[in-house]
Amino acid sequence: MAHGMKPPSRIGDTMFAGFTFLMAFTVLVLICVVGWQLWAGARLSIGKFGLHFLVSSDWDPGNDVYGALPFIYGTLVSSLLALLIAVPLSVATAIYLTELAPRWLRQPIISLIEMLAAIPSVILGLWGIFVMVPWLRVYVLPWLQHYFGWCPLFRGSTNGSCMLAGGMIIAIMIIPIITSVSREILVSVPDLQREAAYALGATRWEVTRIAVLSYAKRGIFGAIILGLGRALGETMAVTMVIGNTPQIAASLFAPGYTLASVIANEFAEASDVCVQSLFEIGLVLFVVTILVNLLAQMVLKTFAGATVKQ
Amino acid sequence: MNLSKALAILAAGTLASGCAFAQLTMTGAGATFPYPIYSRWFDEYAKVDPTVRFNYQSIGSGGGQKQIVAQTVDFGATDGPMNDASLAKAPGKILHIPMVAGAVVLSYNLPGNPALKLDGPTVANIFLGKITKWNDPAIAGQNPGVKLPESDIIVVHRTDGSGTTYIFTDYLSKVSAEWKTEIGTNTAVRWPAGLGGKGNEGVSGQIQQTPGTFGYIELIYAAQNKMAVAQIKNAAGNYISPSTETVTAALSAADVPEDFRFSITNSTGTGAYPISGVTWLLVYQKQENADKGKKLVEFLRWALTRGADLARALDYAPLPDALRDRVLKRVSEIQSGG
Repeated sequence: MAHGMKPPSRIGDTMFAGFTFLMAFTVLVLICVVGWQLWAGARLSIGKFGLHFLVSSDWDPGNDVYGALPFIYGTLVSSLLALLIAVPLSVATAIYLTELAPRWLRQPIISLIEMLAAIPSVILGLWGIFVMVPWLRVYVLPWLQHYFGWCPLFRGSTNGSCMLAGGMIIAIMIIPIITSVSREILVSVPDLQREAAYALGATRWEVTRIAVLSYAKRGIFGAIILGLGRALGETMAVTMVIGNTPQIAASLFAPGYTLASVIANEFAEASDVCVQSLFEIGLVLFVVTILVNLLAQMVLKTFAGATVKQ
Repeated sequence: MNLSKALAILAAGTLASGCAFAQLTMTGAGATFPYPIYSRWFDEYAKVDPTVRFNYQSIGSGGGQKQIVAQTVDFGATDGPMNDASLAKAPGKILHIPMVAGAVVLSYNLPGNPALKLDGPTVANIFLGKITKWNDPAIAGQNPGVKLPESDIIVVHRTDGSGTTYIFTDYLSKVSAEWKTEIGTNTAVRWPAGLGGKGNEGVSGQIQQTPGTFGYIELIYAAQNKMAVAQIKNAAGNYISPSTETVTAALSAADVPEDFRFSITNSTGTGAYPISGVTWLLVYQKQENADKGKKLVEFLRWALTRGADLARALDYAPLPDALRDRVLKRVSEIQSGG
């Protein structure tokens, strides 16, 4: 019976493959176009300032002299701070929600966290100006200074609008994404893993650590990278609380400035060389984001890869 | 049958009314400083002439100048006059039409918010980071009897490029040689001291929230939020509070050239508030689209005459009569079509 039939047509599969390839390829083209556009827009600035642009701390639109270093520093430090705050919070929340929380409590907390992601960043920024920054100024910063003032990170005047405030607001914005993705990954850990560990007489902590976390490590790391990507590019809310001063200060209490913020702040009124330099700032942000992501992938390979194979 | 007839009548009616209310959309872009009054004017003018609708994007003076030169808008708006090089790039003659003037005020947050008097060099030195304490002799000397705290002055400035900053730095450059050579006049500059806030609301928010702050904002924001505002010593030696009257005094004292490109900061008028600025609409003298040109002229006439009260209500100073008549004469020279 089967001999007489033609092999089933593969045209659907071919089209499907072609279509998905096209979509994936479009993303690639899009990234290249964005990169090229930024480079084209920044060409004069690149020619004028050269590599000096990356190591100079001057940002002086009055005299048309531009350097990106304080902005690169601000972007990296504020994102790092955000990760330091958000990662323990998010991962712990995700573990609690999948392993420990009573069932009736899970859905309400999940919904609340997802709602946090839906708050527009400008609203978070306003909240930052009127609630978080005064709170930092009156309670948190003086307390930190009193107990940790020996450390240069916590010295200087405590105005409230500072690198720490910027990091905290970014942390709030990336908590939902890290939590949600981590939770999805923990949920997908097969129950067999847990049951096996329990059968060996492991405690709840040991089950989580050995059976669940080591299995989900790679995925959670991926979630953190997603959060980092958002942190690097976050603009509005940070701009509103970070103090917007292009400087490299040891203290987290000093105002800073990020790459994304300076573009948002100055692009509208900028002219000629300043526009070119803002394009170059955009290019730098683009490259920094790609580099950080590549670095994270490499860390992921060396650090998480081994445990998965076990 | 009946239904299709009814539909046909309806369609005809819609067409007819569509013709009667053919709306002309005028697009403009530019300055942020006058945005509150412009949007008010456009709203009110829609009632005066329902056939024309204005679409204004407050993208900043730099953008306004670029777009009028590129002819992507029907009119531009700017807080600083265009320079000759930019004007030369335009395909036709661009007119500067002064619309209103406004004040940039210095606001602060001190215990009890005492009334403060300051002169230009003191303000410049605070923004240069050379005067850092509220009880500095330079401040105390001008304010006998005022109890000034020993605390740091936290300078707050705009971080987004803005016409407000242009007017303020233009003033500082006139009263401080050091400011002029070190920092200069621009919509954004390299601030030697202080914190940055985004927009008037960002700066006024920071001043209201933080004790010891000192920053510059537009008059309307200080008035609406009931913030403390310093009197500034003008070129004639008098301490002047910012208000529409004292800004008008600065306008009246100005020596206005034929092309209306002028600055009224550090005015010599005895009652003039020194940190005042004019804002302009930018239009081509030869309007290619006859309909739009006519409508634009009608609007400009209305705004400069009937619109004056609306401006005052929002703390902008309308042009004094003599200057307004000169501007109206220039507006009547705008040619529409051909």
